[in-house]
Amino acid sequence: MSSRDTIFKAIRQGLGRGPLDDAARAKLDARIAEPPQHIRATVDDADLVARFAQRFESRSGTTERIASLADVPAAVAALAESYAIAPSAVVGTALGELAWPEGWQIDHGAATIDVMLGVSLAWRGIAETGSILMLSGPERPITHNFVPETHVVVLPVEHLVRHYEDCWVALREAGQGAPRAMNFISGPSRTGDVEQTIELGAHGPRRMHVLILG
Amino acid sequence: MSDTPTKPRPRVGLFATCVMNAFRPSIGFASAKLLEDAGCHVSVPAAQTCCGQPGLNSGDEDSALALAKQVIEAFEEFDYVVGPSGSCMATIRHDYPNLFADMADWRKRAEALAAKSYELLSFLTDVMGVTEVDAEYHGTITYHDSCSGLRSMGVKGQPRQLLGTVKGLTIKEMEDTDVCCGFGGTFCVKYPEISEKMADDKLANAAATGADTLLGGDLGCLLHLAGRLRRKGSPVKVYHTAEVLAGLADGPSLGEAPKEA
Amino acid sequence: MEFRSPEFKTRAVHALHDANLQKALSNTKAGFVVKRAQAAAEMPEFEALRDTAAEIKNHVLANLDHYLEKYEAAVTAAGGHVHYATDAEDARRIILGICKKANAKRITKGKSMVSEEMSLNEALIGEGYEVVETDLGEYIIQLADEPPSHIIAPAIHKTKDQVADLFAAAHNKPRKTDRAALVAEAREVLREKYFTAEVGITGGNFLVAETGSSVIVTNEGNGDLTQTLAKVHIVTSGIERVIPTLDDLSVFLRILARSATGQETESYTTFSTGPRRPGDIDGPEEYHVVLLDNGRSKMLGSRFQDMLRCIRCGACMNHCPVYGSIGGHAYGWVYPGPMGSVLTPLIKGMDGTYDLPNACTLNGRCQSVCPVRIPLPDLLREIRHQQFRKDMTPKRQKQALKLWRYVAERPKLYHFAERIGVRILASMANGKGKLRSLPFDPGWTGARDLPAPTGRTFLELWQAKRGDK
Ligand code: SF4
Repeated sequence: MSSRDTIFKAIRQGLGRGPLDDAARAKLDARIAEPPQHIRATVDDADLVARFAQRFESRSGTTERIASLADVPAAVAALAESYAIAPSAVVGTALGELAWPEGWQIDHGAATIDVMLGVSLAWRGIAETGSILMLSGPERPITHNFVPETHVVVLPVEHLVRHYEDCWVALREAGQGAPRAMNFISGPSRTGDVEQTIELGAHGPRRMHVLILG
Repeated sequence: MSDTPTKPRPRVGLFATCVMNAFRPSIGFASAKLLEDAGCHVSVPAAQTCCGQPGLNSGDEDSALALAKQVIEAFEEFDYVVGPSGSCMATIRHDYPNLFADMADWRKRAEALAAKSYELLSFLTDVMGVTEVDAEYHGTITYHDSCSGLRSMGVKGQPRQLLGTVKGLTIKEMEDTDVCCGFGGTFCVKYPEISEKMADDKLANAAATGADTLLGGDLGCLLHLAGRLRRKGSPVKVYHTAEVLAGLADGPSLGEAPKEA
Repeated sequence: MEFRSPEFKTRAVHALHDANLQKALSNTKAGFVVKRAQAAAEMPEFEALRDTAAEIKNHVLANLDHYLEKYEAAVTAAGGHVHYATDAEDARRIILGICKKANAKRITKGKSMVSEEMSLNEALIGEGYEVVETDLGEYIIQLADEPPSHIIAPAIHKTKDQVADLFAAAHNKPRKTDRAALVAEAREVLREKYFTAEVGITGGNFLVAETGSSVIVTNEGNGDLTQTLAKVHIVTSGIERVIPTLDDLSVFLRILARSATGQETESYTTFSTGPRRPGDIDGPEEYHVVLLDNGRSKMLGSRFQDMLRCIRCGACMNHCPVYGSIGGHAYGWVYPGPMGSVLTPLIKGMDGTYDLPNACTLNGRCQSVCPVRIPLPDLLREIRHQQFRKDMTPKRQKQALKLWRYVAERPKLYHFAERIGVRILASMANGKGKLRSLPFDPGWTGARDLPAPTGRTFLELWQAKRGDK
């Protein structure tokens, strides 16, 4: 008997029943198709942007409001200058149309070990926790989110939602199933592994800056 | 005794925990006084011995079951069974019904007893509506929340509320008052080094309050803590809360030598 | 991982005298306990979420076969592979096979307690692979050649100075004592490893049946680098970790971090669904999930089924005063503290695990914080019952119980014996109010005196005073 069969047999034996019948399976499948909605954290803030920013900043992230997509390069350049980061970044083609200032080197490929700055487009922002949701795809390489020491994320306000669950609704509407990777990111990389004292930049970005667009 | 003429006096069977019965009779008398002051009629059935917890916690379910039957038989005639211990009363209230999972008639009786079983102080306040006591104690106390009382019987505010009405008494809360003192029944003799460390943590928190008296609602914990204090030569006094509330904390505290006459 | 639970007692005493360990453990309270309490207090829905989480887990367990099938089908549809392993050996064989096929030399690992259960590192290293733990805590203890002592903070027992020594020895760099500098040094060393590993192994906190995703929750981002940069990603998880839908998962996201570290959320919650897709320019080329049974299916339908709700948050150990006194190593296997004291005897067997469920005061603080409301004290007591039935309870204790029962079942004899006993003890105390030592001492007077009885029992005095009222 394969390990799989052994385990399924043991599970059913433990539960004191054989395989579920069609009716029971249909009921469980219906539960997946129409997921029950559970209790959530109350998010009654009128101003979701303010809540998002407050929560995100509480975990050492920084935010900034910008008016249009065209403002992104200047905001990134200003940040780079203030931290003395060289004018070079990995940027997904989701943000491929931006006009960068002269002297900037922009790479649309996967992040390599020496990349210091990444700029990405968020898929959603979640006000409840002040998190962003990144989806992987050809236009949004996942390495951009984790390899660079500084990560800048563009979050269009129309993509700011209240709860995690709002992301699932949007995801199901998009109809593509789950992408290879989805990342909720809620601040810079951190560790408490040395004497339970928080240090930033354990492995992932040491700095995270969200440009709230709109 | 303050009889309430309109209500019949509830008949209370006092559960004299085995440790109290042997080590600290004054807790039994204090309990009886508090109950009578609250308008109860108190009886102490002679057919009682132990709630069965030692067996239950050591894996000996059979003996726990046998003793549970004995307790049920001794106490089911009363309106309430009340004891000055969160831990014994939690056994009666929460464990007895489960012990008889496969014995329908006994389970019923166990459930009936469970429903009317109470830890002393929560009974006084929550059932009898006692809000104050007539007692005096001159000292600063800190109160240790014994685990079963706190988590299984919901004893937290009640002792503090009543202690607050004792004349001359000041309450100082210690840090981690809800953390186990390391007694744990047979735990304290099976793992004495760990138990000692837990006692020392507890006593350090108690000492940090500057209190001269440590109170609690479970004699097992108190014997363990008083024993540790005496060993370390500390002058901190240890009493059961009921002794203070009943005005019976004038004798030697736990482990303290009786005063020369 | 080496099984040292039989040495519990000696290791516990050793731990009590380890000054570094005691210093490290004292940080737990401020680090975890206070923050969890704050996080719970700040969220009015927290208690209701705990109920819901327990309900969802119960629902999954009752239908585990179905949800595993759904999950497996979804992973396969996304191009991944699901492997089932009945026990640790089975799992090692599967993973060694994948690594061999991948022509791996270097393997990076995110934190995975299930892989510890498999003794995976030992097996991989034995086959000549270089294995690098990338979670900072795991990395530290890997350098120290020690097992984890906590399920979410594996190096919680190490002080900064000890870390400094380990890094100085391993990295060939000047010794640093500044915390930030230590973290930065590890970052630099490990970065190189992520980019050159052929295989990345992570755990899986949750498996979503709806999408076929494995989910990890971390603060460091090491798991993401591990799984994104290696050619082959292997997820190790337990068969009980499946969750029906993303909406169900959301409940757990709200309670996990709060229970574990007192955070509203950790920095990274990462969903992985199959390998790199057409057009992707990064991500692993292969994606495998190894689902371990190792005794879990046997818990289903048993009195221990509730234990399968566990989400490995660590709150029970953070709040356990015994764990807080002796740390995790004394427990001698992968899972320490309350949850480990239940799981270890169930997974490794009753032999050699006698002390684990017994070294507990049944104070219930663990249960009061468990996000999925596992009745840990009841389960520990249930294991004691099984030990008793298997005749594993020490003889002396059994005899004492027998005698105690004999007497306690006979009230007259009992009260007579108590009357004699208190008189003897009172006379031994000789007016001092306490006893420094006892004949046949079962272990009481090593560290404490025994407050002496006054010489009469309560019943005796009551009857004299009041008759039988
Ligand atoms: S038993 Fe409960 S508290 Fe302990 S690790 Fe598991 S889920 Fe967390």
